[in-house]
Order: sequence, then C-alpha cells, then structure tokens
Amino acid sequence: MIDVLWLVIALPLVGSTINLFFGKRIGQPLAGWVAFGFVALAWLVALPATFSLIDGSIPVETSYLFTWIPVVGADVALLWDPLSALMTMIVTGIGSLIHLYSIGYMRGDERYPRFFSFMNLFIASMMILVLSANYAMMFIGWELVGLSSYLLISFWFTKPAAAAAGKKAFIVNRIGDWGFLVALMIIFASFGTFDFQTIFASAPVVITVGTATAITLLLFVGAAGKSAQIPLYVWLPDAMEGPTPVSALIHAATMVTAGVFMIARSAVLFEMAPTTGAIVAVVGTLTALVAALIAVSQTDIKKVLAYSTISQLGYMVLAMGVGAYTAGIFHLTTHAFFKALLFLGAGSVIHAMAGDQDMRTMGGLRKKMPITFITMGAGWLALSGVFPFSGFWSKDEILAATFAKGGWYIGLWVIGLLVALLTAFYMTRLFVMTFLGKPRWEDGVHPHESPATMTIPLIILGLFTVSFGLVNTPALVAFEHFLEGSFQYVHHVQGLSMGAIIGLATIALIVAIAGIVWGWLKYHRSELPAEDGKFWRRSRDAFGVDEFYGRTIVEPGKKASEWAADVFDVKVLDGIAHGIGSGTRGFGDVLARLQTGQVRAYAGGVAIAGVLLIIVFLAVGGGF
Amino acid sequence: MPILSILIALPLIGALIVALVPRRRPELVLPIALVVSIPPLVAASYVLWNFAVGDASFQFTEHVVLVESFGISWSLAVDGISLFMVVLTALLFPLSIAASRSITEQVKTYMVLMLILETGVLGVFLSLDLFVFFAFFEIVLIPMYLLISMWGSDNRAYAALKFVLFTAVGSAFLLVSIVALAVITGDQMGTFANFDFRNVLQADLSTTTQYWLFGGFAIAFAIKVPLFPFHTWLPDAHTEAPTAGSVILAGVLLKMGTYGFLRFNLTLFPEATVDFAVPLAILAVIGIVYGAAVAIVQPDIKRLVAYSSVSHMGFVILGIFALTTQGMTGSVVTMISHGLTTGALFLLIGMIYERTHTRRIADYGGLAKIVPIYSGFFLFAVFASAGLPGLSGFVGEFTILIGSYLTLPVLTIIAASGVILAAIYLLWAYERVFTGPVVNPKLEGLRDLGFREVAIMVPLVVLIIGLGVYPKPVFERIEPSVGIILERIEATTGYIVPERGTPEGVVDVHYGQVSESPDHEEEGG
Amino acid sequence: MTVTVSWFLVLAAGLFSIGVAGVLIRRNALVMFMSIELMLNAVNLTFVAVSKELGLIEGQVAALFVMVVAAAEVTIGLAIIVSVFRDRSSANVDELAELKG
Repeated sequence: MIDVLWLVIALPLVGSTINLFFGKRIGQPLAGWVAFGFVALAWLVALPATFSLIDGSIPVETSYLFTWIPVVGADVALLWDPLSALMTMIVTGIGSLIHLYSIGYMRGDERYPRFFSFMNLFIASMMILVLSANYAMMFIGWELVGLSSYLLISFWFTKPAAAAAGKKAFIVNRIGDWGFLVALMIIFASFGTFDFQTIFASAPVVITVGTATAITLLLFVGAAGKSAQIPLYVWLPDAMEGPTPVSALIHAATMVTAGVFMIARSAVLFEMAPTTGAIVAVVGTLTALVAALIAVSQTDIKKVLAYSTISQLGYMVLAMGVGAYTAGIFHLTTHAFFKALLFLGAGSVIHAMAGDQDMRTMGGLRKKMPITFITMGAGWLALSGVFPFSGFWSKDEILAATFAKGGWYIGLWVIGLLVALLTAFYMTRLFVMTFLGKPRWEDGVHPHESPATMTIPLIILGLFTVSFGLVNTPALVAFEHFLEGSFQYVHHVQGLSMGAIIGLATIALIVAIAGIVWGWLKYHRSELPAEDGKFWRRSRDAFGVDEFYGRTIVEPGKKASEWAADVFDVKVLDGIAHGIGSGTRGFGDVLARLQTGQVRAYAGGVAIAGVLLIIVFLAVGGGF
Repeated sequence: MPILSILIALPLIGALIVALVPRRRPELVLPIALVVSIPPLVAASYVLWNFAVGDASFQFTEHVVLVESFGISWSLAVDGISLFMVVLTALLFPLSIAASRSITEQVKTYMVLMLILETGVLGVFLSLDLFVFFAFFEIVLIPMYLLISMWGSDNRAYAALKFVLFTAVGSAFLLVSIVALAVITGDQMGTFANFDFRNVLQADLSTTTQYWLFGGFAIAFAIKVPLFPFHTWLPDAHTEAPTAGSVILAGVLLKMGTYGFLRFNLTLFPEATVDFAVPLAILAVIGIVYGAAVAIVQPDIKRLVAYSSVSHMGFVILGIFALTTQGMTGSVVTMISHGLTTGALFLLIGMIYERTHTRRIADYGGLAKIVPIYSGFFLFAVFASAGLPGLSGFVGEFTILIGSYLTLPVLTIIAASGVILAAIYLLWAYERVFTGPVVNPKLEGLRDLGFREVAIMVPLVVLIIGLGVYPKPVFERIEPSVGIILERIEATTGYIVPERGTPEGVVDVHYGQVSESPDHEEEGG
Repeated sequence: MTVTVSWFLVLAAGLFSIGVAGVLIRRNALVMFMSIELMLNAVNLTFVAVSKELGLIEGQVAALFVMVVAAAEVTIGLAIIVSVFRDRSSANVDELAELKG
C-alpha cells in the first residue's frame, strides 16, 4: 500500500504541469475538472492506506524514494503514520472539494487553467510537507507551500494590493523559515541526521533540555510564520486578496495547518522543553484573543473569517503548548471542515453579490440562497462551539486540557473562554448581518443561489461539520486512539475525571450561547447598530499593527539599506578606492614636476650627482 | 587523447574560424560563432561523462615540460571541483553567444573576444601549473575589459577601467606570491624555481611564510569573488557590460576567485587557512547581509542582481572557510547554481533591455500582463535565486548552512537571515516590474519571448530543476575532492573536521521498517 | 721627470671637466654636442692610459667600443639637431622642452 504513496504527491504535480502547459488548449471548464480529477485521485490512492492504519495492523511505515543531498543525509522518503494519514485525508479530501467548487467559481477568469495549475501545486507542496519522513524534506514542502501561496494570493496580480499581499505572505513566512532553518542546523549538529524516527527515538538521550528548548523555540518561529501566530500573523488578513477558494484552501486544508502539524510532528522535542511549551501556550492564547478582538469589528466578510482563522489557530497552538497534541490536531481537523465551509459559503455569497464583500450591504440573503444559508448556519454554530457541532467537541477538549494543566494555565483557560465568547459573538454578527434582517443591497444587484458545483461541496462539508465531532467525545475516543501511533514517544497528560470534563464542557457551552445571544440582540434589528467608539475604531484598524511594523521595522530597514547603498558603498568603499587611485595620480604629478624638459637641467643633475657620488665613495673608502 | 588541451584549444580555433568570416557577411558571424562554441561543450560533456566517480585524485592529467630550468610545464587536470566549473563555462558561452543578437557593431571582434575569453577561463580552471594558471588568469582580463569598454552602456569606460584596476591590484599580489612560492619550492628541490602544483604541494613552508603567501593569494581571489569590502567594482562592471558579458562575469569569472581559494589557499597553506578562516568567514557573512541589504534599494535591475551576487558569493566563502565537508561541498554546488540562476537572470534582463532599452525598475510595471511567458521565466529565475527548495539554489545554500553551523554557529545563524533578505529584494523587484497596472505606455505591445529566446532559457531551467531535485550525482563527484583538501588540513594542522554521522547515543531506526532497502553504503564516508 | 700615468689622468680629468662645463653652460646644441665628444674622448684617454699602465688589453677594447658608439651617436645626434634647426631655425636647447612633465 505504502509503495504507491508517492503518487499522492505526483498526481497533483502532474495535474499542475498539464494545466500549466496545455491548460489553454484544454479550455474551460475542462481544465478545472482535470485538476479536480488529479486531486481526487490522490485522495483515492491514500484512502486504502488510511484504512490499513485504522485496522492498526501497521503503525508506522517509511518508504525510501531516493537520496537527495548525500552529505547531509537528506533523503526523499515518505513517512506513513496516523498523523500524516489524517493530514493527507484533510488536504486531498477538502482540497478536492475546493477544486470542485472552484470549477464554477472561477468560471470566466482569463487565467482559469493557470489558477488550477497553482491549486494543484499547492496540494502537491502540502503533501510533500505532510508525507516527509525527515525535516529536510519537510522543509521542501514547507517552502513550496510558501511559493504556492504567493502564486495564488497574488493571482490577480494586476491589482497592486494582491501583488503586495502575495509578496508579504512569502516574506513573512520566510522570517519564520529562518527559524526553521536554524533549528535544522542545530538538529543536524546534534543528531547527524534529519530523519524523524531516529531523532524521536534518541532525543532524550542525545540532547540536553537546553538544546531541545533552542530547537523547539526556533521551530516555533517557523510554525508562527505558517500558522499565523503573533508576531507573524500579519500576512494572513492580507491574503484575502486572493480568490475566495484560495482563502478556503489556505485557511482550512493547507498552509496554516502546516505550523500546527509541524509542532505535532515534533511532539517529542516539545515534550522535552517545558519552557517552550509555556511560551507556545501563551503565544497561542494571546493570538487567539487579539485576533478575536479584531474580528468583532471587521465589515468585510472575508476579513472576519480571516481573523477567526488566526484566532482558532491560536487555540490549536495553545493545545500544542499544553501538550494536548491530539486535541490540537482534532481541532485542526474540525476547523478544516467548518472553515472551508464558511469560506466557500462566503465565496458563494460574494458570487451572488457580484463581488461585493461588505456585510453592511448584505442582509436578508436567507431567502435568495437557501443552501448557502443552511450550510453556513452549520458552520456558524460549529465555530461558535455549540453542542453537538464539531467545533464544540474539539474546542472544549483544548480548554479542558489547558484547565487540567493547573497553576497559571487556569489564566489561559479563562482567556480561552473569553475568546470563545467573542467568537460566538462575531460569528453571530456575521451570520445575522449577511443572511437575516432586511436586504441592504444596492440597486442592480440580484443575489441568486450558486450552481451545483459550488453547492455540493458546501453540503458535503456541512455534513462533516455537523457530525465529525462525534468521533472524539469523552465517551468515544476513536480519534485519539487512531492518532496514538504518531505520539508513541510522548507522555500522556493526566486526564480529568468525567465529572470535571462535563462541568468544563457545560461552562464552555454556556459561554458560547451567551456570545450568540449577545450578538443576536445587538445585530438582529431593523437598523444596524453604530459601531462607534475608541475600541471599535482601533479594532477596525487591526490595532495598527501593520503600521507599527512599518514604522519600526520596514522603514528603518529601508533607511539602513539606503544608507548602505548610497553612502557607505559609494562614498566610503568606493571613496577609498578612488582615494587610492587619485593618491597614486597625485604622487605621479609631483614627480612629473621634476621633468622640466630642459636638457641642461638634467645634465646639471647628472653632474652634481656624479660629484656627490665621488665624494661619498671617497669618504667611505677613507680617501680623505 | 589530450582531451583537456583540446578543450582549451577548441574556442581558440573557433575564434580563428570566426575571424575568417568575410567582412561583407556580418550576418554569418553569430551563427558561426554559435556553432564553434558547441565543440567545447561536447568536449566538456565527454570529460563529465568519463569522470570517475568517487576518485579524489586528479584525472585526465597532461604534463608537458615547457621551461625546464624554471620548472614551468603545461600541466592540466580536472578534479571534482574544477569539473563542474569547466562544464558550466562550456555551457554558458554558447548560451550567451546565442543571446548576443543585439550586438550590431563589430560583431566579429566581439565574437572573437568571447571565444578567447572562453579559452582563458577554461585554462584557469584546468591548469595545475601556477605560472600557466597566472597567465590564463590575466588573459581573461583583456577580452573582458574590451567587451565592457566597447559594447557596454553609457558609463562603460569607467566600469571597464575599474574592473581592470581592481583585478590588476589583486594580480600583483598573486604574481609576487606565486613567484615566491615557486622559488621556495625550487630551492627545496635544488633547482631555480618550480611552478608545478604537485611539486609546490610538497614544499615545506613555515607558518610565517604561509601567512604571507596566503595573504597574497587571498587578496587576489577576494577581489575576484568579490568579497566584502572589495566588491565595488562588480555592480559597475555588471551594469555596464553587455548581456553576455554580465552572464559570463557572474556565471564563471567570479567563480575563478572561489575556485582559487579552494585550489590554492586551502590546499597549499593549511595552517594559514585554519588561522584565517574566521576573519574571512566574518567578511563573508558581512557580504551576505550587506549585499542583500544594498540590493533591496537598487533602482537599476542589473545592479540589484549584481549585489545579490555579492550576497550569494558570501555564502560560498562562508561554506569554504567553515572547513567542513558539508560546507565546502555546498559551496561548490552553490558556485554551479549561482552560475545557472544568475546567468538566467542576466539573460532575461538582457532580453527585455533589447526591447525597452531601460534597466530602471521604475520604468516598468505590469509586465506580467503584457509578456506572460517572459514573466513566467523571470519568476522562475527569481525563486531559483531566492533559494526555493527543489531548485538548485537551495541545495547548495542549505548544505552550506548546515555544514557551517558545525564550526561557526553564530556566523551561520546571521548568514541564514540572508534567506529573508533575498526574498525581500527579489520579490519586491518582481512586484514593481511585473505586477500592478501598466503605467508606462511604452511597454504596451512588447513582444513576448520568441522561439530562440525560449530555447536559450530552457537548458538553464532544466538544469536548475535537475540540480534541485536530484543533486546526488553532482555531490558524489565533488565530495571526494573536497575530502582530500580537508584531509590535508587535518594532517598538517591540529584542526579536526567535525565528522558527519551518527553521534553517540543516537538510536538509528532510520528506515526501521523499510519497504525498500536504501543503498546507504556508498555515501557513508 | 718621467711622464707617469697620473699626467694622463689629470689631462683626462681636465678635458672631462671642460666638457661638463660646456654641456652645462652653452645653449647651442651643436656646441653641447662637441662638449659631449670631449667628455667621451677624456674617458677614452683614461681607458688607454690605464690599459697601458696595467698591461691589459681590455681598456683599449673599451676605447674602441666608445669610439664606435660615439660615431653612431654623432650620426643620429647631428641628424636630430639639423632637423630641429630646420624646424625652428634655432639650435637653442632651452627652447626644446617637449618632454616637460
């Protein structure tokens, strides 16, 4: 089974190549179907291999393909374990639904085949990342994901904002990659290999806690870039400049999950470094809070969802920090379903509104687009954390695990609850402003339900959103059990009693419902409430973080570069070179003045020199 | 068959053939020059094909005594380091000749100079005799000077003179050091002088002597590389040179410096190498960060690429003076890769310059809409240069960083930030040139790349991907040659190369449950 | 009183000094030229005298060389002076400063 796994990477890559070179000849919408076909095929290839893991017959398998860089022992090899199987299923499964949706959504775009080529490349990059059996190969996928996101975010490159957003995403991610890269150096220096199995099996013996802390902190810098954590989250809201299916792909199935996945993959190392764990947990919690505070005031439907993604990623990172890896991955999975659903639903709405993304001009879409309304409703409740939708189960697990840590982690738990309240509030705001109330459309806009290629993915995702949470409840721990094989070197956290779990869940549920009621009361009226005041303004500007970075990092950096280029290089270095040059010339000028051209002067010089020489000789020879 | 002598002679013969083209048929010059530049490539491929893998010694050796009493001989050979430099040279020349269609004045002289230049460069990489090496090192200077000063753009006289003066200063130091070394060697052999590399290698040099000679060689090569702070000639020379000149300059001429470091400084003066490694590595890291930072704000696209070369070559020097197998092997791979990616960038810039006659970034904008194929190639080259994994640039720089960390951790961590800066200067430039709306009306209606231009780019693209995805054949050939340099350093100094391999305590469950048994024996060394 | 070699040397020194003075003082190129000849011949005299005194043939050989070189020099020198004279109708060396740096 594992021998054909390379196809999971190769198939989307082939699809990408076909669309890149022949897409124009294939034409619309066939090019889209081709792309969809290759991703779906990849999913089909991976499916039986996943089932063999559920059996529990083979826990972990490695498949060596070829040697990549021999001197650093980096191979191209695939690792098939429950974690990579789960990620493969998410990426190819949800990925293919998003492809299906895009066939309709992107219809009529001039560069339709190019779009699908890039989408396939994105899936292939993500599969390289997920299936890699060593850190070096993971880094290939890691960077290729960055490339794909760059290509897709700036897909509509004639818009300067889109081009800038793609560039920003890549550069901010590169800052994270720096951390990853340095971590790789330390890993190689310590272990002499990048291979996961070897590193995880021997880490506790080979490296000290200090080294583990250094490695994991640097890995976390990388993860913070991809998974949009403080301080590197700024690229993600801008990434909304890409076409909506791209947002869905980035936020749900691919890019942002990479960081969380990487931490989960490196669980052994993170377990060794409690300091890193604490930092990760705090950063995650703060990210969740800040993003939620920004999300409440956004009026662009995609921006709300973007900040909600950052916020939910904060939860996942918090889970990683407290060592609740399965809970974090579980939330990653449920989030993949409902966030894909929400983005595709938002895309459907934007499609219906002829490109308008401002929620203030929407409202009352319930009647016009019933399928989008119902499926997005499921997503709304799931993200808000309402029982028994999937988001409830996964978010609750993370909060419970944080609570179980005790000590100051209880503080994080409280913040987590606050974020849950805000989440329920802003999602209700989004839902009510979009679908309920009176229509506020401008004249000439005629909202309509989207075609079947767009609604079918919504329905499928909707079903998962409603039901998937049930695979991991306190009563049935199938999901956790499934993932055990991937965390065999990890200590398990002390569990809570059933009573405590139910108690915590009840608190979380009450908070979520409170948030919904709050949002409902505030926004479900005939007139939209004014969102004035200092907090709202600051929040709408995303607390000026971009401007802050601009002032403190970008501008001084640019100034320094300009100084180096225009002053140091030209004036100092070239100045020295020119100085040596003109010094030589000046010395020559001085000597040239002796050259009078007067023959008799030269002769006189010769005569005087001759006489002097004779005197010297006589003096030295003792002639006097 | 003296294949290496033939390889060096072929471009010269080609130059003669080109010189014989009748004056009234200038249109024949380029095709004929292109045709005569192919045989060297064939000969180089022959050498590549027949090169014995895993053999660290010199191969295809030729030895003919020229001047007995001075110990000068015509002595040629290749090893894993020079092999790829030779192939790269033989590849880039046909491509840059093919890309020289915009040269209309004195085409014949231009092509003859190009081919003489090729002979010179090949001679530098192949000679083992220090005297002959120096002769070739200087021969390269003249055609390059003429190429810049005759076919360059506005400020060409200044740039050409600067190029020659900088290099000549270095050459002066090099000449003195070479002569001193030859005389010392000759003394110990009982003759007047000896320039043969293998004899020089046997000479017994005191530490002080090593310091002086190392310094002399190092200045010459550092200017050629160029290492910060000797780099200021490069942006001017690159910017003013015609396209082919820039390609050759960046692609192979800079490598003469790094090659010189590997072949002479490290091999001949092990003690001095160990003692000077850290200062040189510091300069290299300054160069990486400084070159990249300066590149960000360049208004001229060619200058930008020139400064990016300073940054990339800094990586090469860092890898060399980290004195580890990984670092040094990575350096040679980066030398190849930089030749391919920067060559591609300069070729592409030349193609658009032919159409618009401007290199100012501000004059562009929105090109991707007008010339999509061109933009696709450019974006590819940008990412190759930015070190995207799966393309050649990454393989080399990654190996350098991993290897350098073993001996120079702090410097390497700083150097790694070059990766961020590279993304900034390249993508920002791409953004300003290719995306957004078309502002400059002159850009409307530009021709996209034609068949000839695509044909020039395709070999580079294929090699960049090939080297990025499956670099093993290249590594296998470089590693042994790098290995003996390090072995010699270990044998003559107290320095110990950090060993690759599994440290104590590591449980190797590598492919514990493999489905297919990998062959790890041969690369274990 | 015998004529020893010193006499010749004193004479040669005297001739040489006169030559030097001529070159330094006179402005006419032709006269300077003759002064140079005087110096050359002073040297020749020294060569021959010392050669006779020491019984070595080399001095006389050297003198012959000097004479040949002087002859060659006269040929070229006179030609130059003549052409300079034709050019500027003057043989004043102070006016000739083409090589001034």
